[in-house]
Formats: sequence, C-alpha cells, structure tokens
Amino acid sequence: MMANPEKIEACSALPLGQCRRGFKGKLVSVSPVATQGGFDAEELERRLLELGFIEGASVQILHEGPFGRDPIAVRVNDTTVALRRHEAMAILAE
Amino acid sequence: MTSASAIPAPQDILPDPDAQTIEAALVGAPNCGKTALFNAMTGATQKVGNYSGVTVERKVGIATTPSGRKFSVIDLPGTHSLRARSPDEEVTRDVLLGQRPGERVPDMLLAVADATNLRGALRLVNELKKVGLPIVLILNMIDIARHRGLQIDHEALSAELGIPVIPATAVRRGGLDALWEVVDPMLEAGLPERRPSTWQAPSSHDLRIAMREAERLVTAHVVQPPAPDTASARIDRVVLHPVAGPLILLGILFLMFQAVFSWAAPFMDAIDAVFGWLGALVAQVVPAGLVQSFLADGIVAGIGSVIIFLPQILFTFLFILLLEDFGYMARAAFLMDRVMGKAGLNGRAFIPLLSSFACAIPGIMAARVIDNRRDRLTTILVAPLMTCSARIPVYTLIIAAFIPNVKVFGGLSLQGLVMFGLYAAGVFSVLIVAFVARYVFAREERNAPLMLDLPDYKMPRPRNIALGLYQRARVFLRRAGTVIFWAMVVIWALSTFPQPPEGATQPAINYSLAAMIGKAVAPILAPLGFNWQIAVALVPGMAAREVAVAGLATVYAVSGEGGLIHTLAGQWSLATALALLAWYIFAPQCISTLAVIRREAGSAKWMWVAVVYMFALAYLAAFATYQIAAALGAG
Repeated sequence: MMANPEKIEACSALPLGQCRRGFKGKLVSVSPVATQGGFDAEELERRLLELGFIEGASVQILHEGPFGRDPIAVRVNDTTVALRRHEAMAILAE
Repeated sequence: MTSASAIPAPQDILPDPDAQTIEAALVGAPNCGKTALFNAMTGATQKVGNYSGVTVERKVGIATTPSGRKFSVIDLPGTHSLRARSPDEEVTRDVLLGQRPGERVPDMLLAVADATNLRGALRLVNELKKVGLPIVLILNMIDIARHRGLQIDHEALSAELGIPVIPATAVRRGGLDALWEVVDPMLEAGLPERRPSTWQAPSSHDLRIAMREAERLVTAHVVQPPAPDTASARIDRVVLHPVAGPLILLGILFLMFQAVFSWAAPFMDAIDAVFGWLGALVAQVVPAGLVQSFLADGIVAGIGSVIIFLPQILFTFLFILLLEDFGYMARAAFLMDRVMGKAGLNGRAFIPLLSSFACAIPGIMAARVIDNRRDRLTTILVAPLMTCSARIPVYTLIIAAFIPNVKVFGGLSLQGLVMFGLYAAGVFSVLIVAFVARYVFAREERNAPLMLDLPDYKMPRPRNIALGLYQRARVFLRRAGTVIFWAMVVIWALSTFPQPPEGATQPAINYSLAAMIGKAVAPILAPLGFNWQIAVALVPGMAAREVAVAGLATVYAVSGEGGLIHTLAGQWSLATALALLAWYIFAPQCISTLAVIRREAGSAKWMWVAVVYMFALAYLAAFATYQIAAALGAG
C-alpha cells in the first residue's frame, strides 16, 4: 500500500504510518529521520510532541482518508489528530 | 468612555493603547473555546481589525467585572506554543514578548484550556510562565468535562502551578462568575510589575520534559473515567466513513449551493427593488440633468450593485461559521486532503475554494484557516478562478444570445451543458494553476504537511454566529463598498463626459471618455474578436464583472435584456461570443477581489501577480477560442 524505504529498527514496534484502521497501541518513540518533504526532522519531532505524540501515550487509528487510506485520524491520549501517513512514519508504536 | 447612558457604537469605545486601562490577553490553543470566552467577556464592545503590517485578525474588547471595573481584553491568535509556526502564532509570541512595534505588552495573561483535554494547555502554561506576566489559567468548557465524568482538582493544580486556576463555561450564563471572583480582587490589588522574560524556544528535549510534567499533573489531579465513547467519536464514525463521509460532504455542498443561489434570491430581489425605488425617487425629486444622473446612475446604482451581493455573502458565511463552530471544517479538510494534495493544495484549502463559488471575497478571507503561508497564498491566488455569482449575469446573457436552446444527448439542455462547462472550466483552472504555482513560486520550499486537531463536536452558539455574521457584513460593506463606490463614481464620470455636442445623433456614450478609451483599447482586443463596444463595456466591467452587462446595454443603447439578447445575436459572431465567455472564465474583473487579495496576502505584489496571470490566461484563452472558432467557420 505504501512503499517505505526507511528501516524499522525496533523489533516489535511499527511505524504508525504503516498501520491500518483499528490499530491500538502504545507509542514507543518519536524519531523522525530526515524526511523527503514536510519539515526537517527536528521540527517534525517538535510538532508531533506538541500534538501529544510522546513516548508512552496510547495511540489508536480511528479513521483513514477515503482516498488511498490517507491521511489518518489518530486518537492520542484524549485528543484526535489528523496527519498524513508520510509524517506518521516518524512515530513508532507497538 | 463616560456614563453608560446609551449603548455606544463599537468604534466609539476603541481601547486607546496609551490609556491606563489594564489589558488582559487571552492565550490558548485553537478550538479551546477562546473566542467564545472572548465573546462572553466583551460582548458587543469588540473591535476587529488587523495587526499592522500583517493580515492577522486583531480582536479587542472591553470587559466589565460585576463590580463595574473595566479592562480591555485582547484575543490573541490561537497557538499551541510560543514557538511561532505561522504568521498568526508569530503575532501571539511577539505581543507577549513585547517585540511587536505599536502593540502594547499586556498586563496579565488569561491562559485558556479546554478542560476535557488539559495536557496541551498545561504544557503551554509552562511556556507562558516564563514570559514574566501574571497568569490566570481558565479551565474552559468545564461543564462538558464534568458531564463526561472528569474530576479536576483545580485547587491542587493551582497550588502546584503557583497561579490561580479557575473552572469556567464561556457559553453559559453565570459561567464566568468564578473568573470574576478571582480577577476583580487581582485588579483591585494592582497587578505586579512585569518580570523580565526568560522564555526561549524549547528544543524537542525541553518539550518532552514539559509534556511529562503535564502528564504528571494530569495523572495526579484529574480523575478520568475509563475511555468514554463520546458523541464526537460516534459522529465521526459516520462523518469520516470512507463511503458515507464523502457523500455527506457532497450533501452539505449541495445544501450550501441551494442556500447561496435559491434562498438568497428573495433577499437580493428585495435589495434590488429598494435601490430601484431609490433610483426612481431620485429621478422624481432631482431635476433631470447631471446631478440626477450622478445620484441615480452613479451613487444609487453603484452602491446597489455592491450591496446586492450581501445576502449571498452572508449565507455563505452562515454556512461556514456553522460548520466551523460545529467542528466539521477539520473533517472536511481530512476528507479532501488527498484530492487537494494532488493539485499541490492543502486539505484546508477546500472550504475557501468552496465559498468562492458565491464570491471570491469571503473565499479569500476564509483562507485564513490555512496555517502554511505558501498554501494560503496559493489558495488566495486561485480562489478568483472559481465561478463566482457575479459571472452568472454575463454567462446567462451570452448563452441566451448564442447557444441554441436545444436538447442534446437525449434530453440534456445544450445551454445548461455550456453553463456547466464554464463552471467545470473554473474548477479545472484552479487545480491546474495551483499545480503550476507549486513549481513556479516555491520550488525550494518543502511541502507543508497536514497536521490538524479534529476537535470534539460542539453545538453552534447562535450568539457567536450572529456576532460573526455582523462582523463579516461590516467588513464587506465598509471595505468592498468603498472601493466599488469610488469605481462607480469614476466610471459614471468617464461615460458621461464629455457630453455629446448639440444635435448629436449617436447615443451619448459614444462621445464620452469611456468610448475614447474603448476605441483606444480595441486594437489590442481585436485578435480576440472583441469590437470597440465590448471594449467599452469591459472598462466599467473592470470594477465588477456583472457591470459589463449594463455597459453593453448602454453602448448598444437598448433597454431590457430581451432587447440586448437580440441585438448581440445580430451584431456578434459566434466566435466573438465564445471568446468573451473564455475571457470571463479567467479575467480578474473585480476591484474588490483585488483589494481583498492585497489585504489578505499582505502586499500589493501578490495582487499584481493575480492581475497579470489572470489577464494573461484570459487573453490566451479568448485568443485561442476566437481563432479556433473562426477557423472552423464561426467567425
């Protein structure tokens, strides 16, 4: 569905950008690699943190966009945030 | 400000920046109910303007405490962090840090938190405390939080944070009592001096620490029921459903078209009738001559041609404000993001472009919801290509005159198909221009990601909607009204002077400056198949598209559109008519739109970019249409 050239380091953790609707888990790390678009890694990390994506938070994919399953709506703790799969690749969850 | 014997008009109580009144600044994330709180605190005393040099909305009002103490409240743009990421957020940061020239530093901060979601607000408060101003933390929407079974120990939070923490409900009567009980004595005792700011942009490391601290505070002082299945989650299951979601969006769009085109019609007819009656009155009272012509044709008709669009604009805004208040806008952006992304636009650009079907002016103003500057500029620049309602009179006239009223493809009206084709041409040109702009203007800039909160749904508050509509109406009438008004005065003068000589045989306009200009411009427009009469009509048509219809009627000296249709059908070739339609898809013939582009884009440069690219497209499209049609024998 989505070609991902980036390596997945943690053994059981998945990039949120690859998960499907219904995925429910705990956030393991927010660690953007230099992205092809969007922001630079540090800025993306800060923005994700500000939206509530922090290690230990509970995450759940509630909805997928109607076209190409992108973007995704993610429940993170008590808020719901929409983001594109591209940026969600920086979030590892298990 | 003297005694409160009468309700003063909002502009009369404009807070003087030099006055010794206390100024409190509302700071908080978008969607935390900050604006509702601002409305509840200040009511009709609001003054909406722009910060100097930028197009960020500046809202100030006067709050009166129950004990009669007055202080001014400024509603700073919503922000998640003082790390400014958009022009709006920069304003908030600069005002708080005293770095904004011409803007006073507030005396105290009212930090607003959504009580149902405290973590983000607690992290923001952590940053705000470093600014050195006294802070009060307001836990807004406490009623919703309580309803969901959240128990917040605000006194313990207050002790830990070292600042007053007050539960409040902006939208309920008496919901601010607790706030007044704290603020009144604070003002009475006098606020402490501002301490020097120790704020620095947090790194991701700092942010993690602040987030953990917020998490600790929430765990310690907030009792949460186990994951409630909220109404918002249930609504989203339908509204964001992969199949039902887009269908619901389509339904809402359909309803909006209905509102703008059908429901607004009686109001527009009424306004038309009032101005028609006014014009007739002027013609009766004032003796025929220059003064009568100026008042009736220049002033009354001029102002009327602007105000007639007010109902459509208000209906558009009514829908937008309702959808915004309800919390649907973010969902529409979510649903359309992928489609808009293909054209290099952001999902958030969908709503501004939608409004532009009514009128590009509210559309361009609605582009404020886009936080990325490049995306917002692109949206502003392409919005005028959407088929706005002012094109309808022109399209209708030419189609009636040149497109046979026959059925094709088994029952479809050819005229209707042409109209639909013109709308489709507008939409396609928007997508194509946006796509091109992405590569031409901002190759080096990165593609802005979509990251947005999907806030909980809320019932729209009639008071907020009414205030919003009132402000839009005022802005529209004041800004666009003055521009078009002066344009009409100039056009009246151009088409009236010099006056025809004694015993003139041709219509008066043929002797006027407008005709001279038309004849001077005509050679440039000849390759498009436009004659000098069209050129003359296009001169007033530069102010507003639909004025060209009146212009043509004047030039061909006929009355009533039925007469005009026959005249045009006899005088123009089909190629000329089609070329004029093509011209109208693109040409930036609306001074108010250009004025709004200039204001919203923050500089005249972007207005000229719009003028040049739209005229270039109009000329090319009309040229190609005329030459091809003529070659095919329609010339």
